[in-house]
Amino acid sequence: MAEILIKGVAKSFGAFKALHSIDLTISDQEFMVLLGASGCGKTTLLRIIAGLESPTQGEVWIGGKRVDQLPPRERGIAMVFQNYAVFPHLTVYENIAFGLRMKKLPQAEVDTRVKRTAELMHIEQLLKRYSGQLSGGQRQRVAVARALAMEPDVILMDEPLSNLDALLRLEMRAELKGVLANSKTTTIYVTHDQVEAMSLADRISVMNGGHIVQAASPVEVYRNPAARFVGSFIGNPPMNFLPATRDGDGRYQVAGIALDGPSHGGTRLEFAIRPEDLTIATGGLKATARVIEPLGAHTLVTSEVDGKLFRAVLDSDLKVAPGDELSLVPKPDRVRWFDPESTKAVN
Amino acid sequence: MSGTVATADRPRAVSDIGAAGKFLFWAGVVLLCAWVLVPIYLLAVNTLSSPQEVTAFPKTGVPSFDMGSIQFFLSFEGVLKALWNSVLVAVLTMILSIAIGAPAGYALSRFEFPGKATFRMLVLMTRAFPLPLLALPIAVMFIRVGLDDTPIGLALVHTTLAIPFAVLITFSIFSGIPLELEEAAWTLGCNRLQAFQRVVLPLVLPGITASAIFAFTISWNEVFAASVLTVQNRTLTAFLLQSLSVSPLHLRFAGGAALVIPALIFIFAVRKYMFAMWGIANR
Repeated sequence: MAEILIKGVAKSFGAFKALHSIDLTISDQEFMVLLGASGCGKTTLLRIIAGLESPTQGEVWIGGKRVDQLPPRERGIAMVFQNYAVFPHLTVYENIAFGLRMKKLPQAEVDTRVKRTAELMHIEQLLKRYSGQLSGGQRQRVAVARALAMEPDVILMDEPLSNLDALLRLEMRAELKGVLANSKTTTIYVTHDQVEAMSLADRISVMNGGHIVQAASPVEVYRNPAARFVGSFIGNPPMNFLPATRDGDGRYQVAGIALDGPSHGGTRLEFAIRPEDLTIATGGLKATARVIEPLGAHTLVTSEVDGKLFRAVLDSDLKVAPGDELSLVPKPDRVRWFDPESTKAVN
Repeated sequence: MSGTVATADRPRAVSDIGAAGKFLFWAGVVLLCAWVLVPIYLLAVNTLSSPQEVTAFPKTGVPSFDMGSIQFFLSFEGVLKALWNSVLVAVLTMILSIAIGAPAGYALSRFEFPGKATFRMLVLMTRAFPLPLLALPIAVMFIRVGLDDTPIGLALVHTTLAIPFAVLITFSIFSGIPLELEEAAWTLGCNRLQAFQRVVLPLVLPGITASAIFAFTISWNEVFAASVLTVQNRTLTAFLLQSLSVSPLHLRFAGGAALVIPALIFIFAVRKYMFAMWGIANR
């Protein structure tokens, strides 16, 4: 049982505030992904949980025990590093056995655990090799096996796949998800890759500028962004935004059409819609097509609405050429509204 | 026009160099090798020749492998004691400079502390003082505290000379070990000391060895402080400086060889690490 509680954790490096009072609860066996652009504080938060960095303020609890003053070895964690950190002077076997030997486990137990995790990560043929004789993907497997062999309460992963090539990353992603789900450990996984985050996470914490902007399930984060940042950061292509003004009837004027908006919104709001939630029909937003990108299943149309960039993912049967005028109708239940001042979602 | 200039100015491959370039390159190689090898060769030839051959003319240039000079030199009063003193002082210097220099190098590469840049500068600055400036006041001080004419006293002075190198070399060695390796060890159950012993130490040991040998040769070759600070317990360099100036030529050659050969053997044994240390790949 290892629930993780983060209470008011803040971190400053000199005058720079890397984290502003973070509160987060991660339940037992949950797969939590910290997602954000570089410099948003996600790695700092992970290192604070690991004990490699100490928080300027706040508390960290793991499995009902306060750990923020404890060294990493007393926290019941294991970590997988971005550059793998496989010890170059030890064989793969000794790398995986390293933590177990530190725990002074009997040799028979060490041997069973090393063999089992090596098998799990498909590296049982490599046990006698040194890290210099391994490929990047194999080193990654050794690093994960070394963490799993510890049978920790919590596994922390710092961009573990970012140094692998695209195909290998896809393969490892699926494998990691399976292995970690079976191990029943609580996992915190840092990444800047939204596809990775969406596919792995039980819950995603989207971070920006040292704050957690939203912590919710992948679909929730995608469908109902809590702030403009989340909508623009997640999704490829990202959400479309247009300014909206309330008219006399209580509806919102968006680029020349009237839409039903939130009942208690302000006079000025921002209208938002995902590119795939647009259909071609009469009475929609007037768009001038600029770039047409056929992607097979769909066609991505980059257009201009009211002089603003506007993307639509449309059916690939549609015949459209640059310069064409389109009428794009947003699906009413998929329209989202944001406050232009606070950038928060308005319902 | 600008097109022609650009073409003429493009970088050329080394294989493109003309005959003159090749001549210059090989002349440079030969000159540099001769610069180092000829004196060592002459030293070796004359050491291994009989006294008559050393003073005779014309020279054959081939050693007659007469061991007379070396035998006489080694049986010379005080030589073996001086040799022992040299080894003792050099070993002490090696131990002291690594014991002091390596922790400093580790601290410089792993911790941020106020005055770090100044400290690095000061370490280098110790090399800016001419040795005579240090040796004479130190001699006076050593006489007062009773450290004069002792191997440990001389080793302390040699340590001062060797420490800047020990600190800067170990600093770069430690900096070459990614911090993540240590952090990984911490998360796998090590405290700072255990992580150092189990992960960092095995990785830096070759580099530390090279740095230690370097300290050894600095002490082995040092003559000024050794002459000033010792009287009865002379090191080999100081002993030879004193006695060989009044010795016959063949004995001077034997003494020179006795000084050069141990240093050469040491450098040869650790050449791989020395090259790695200066960042030249030698594989």
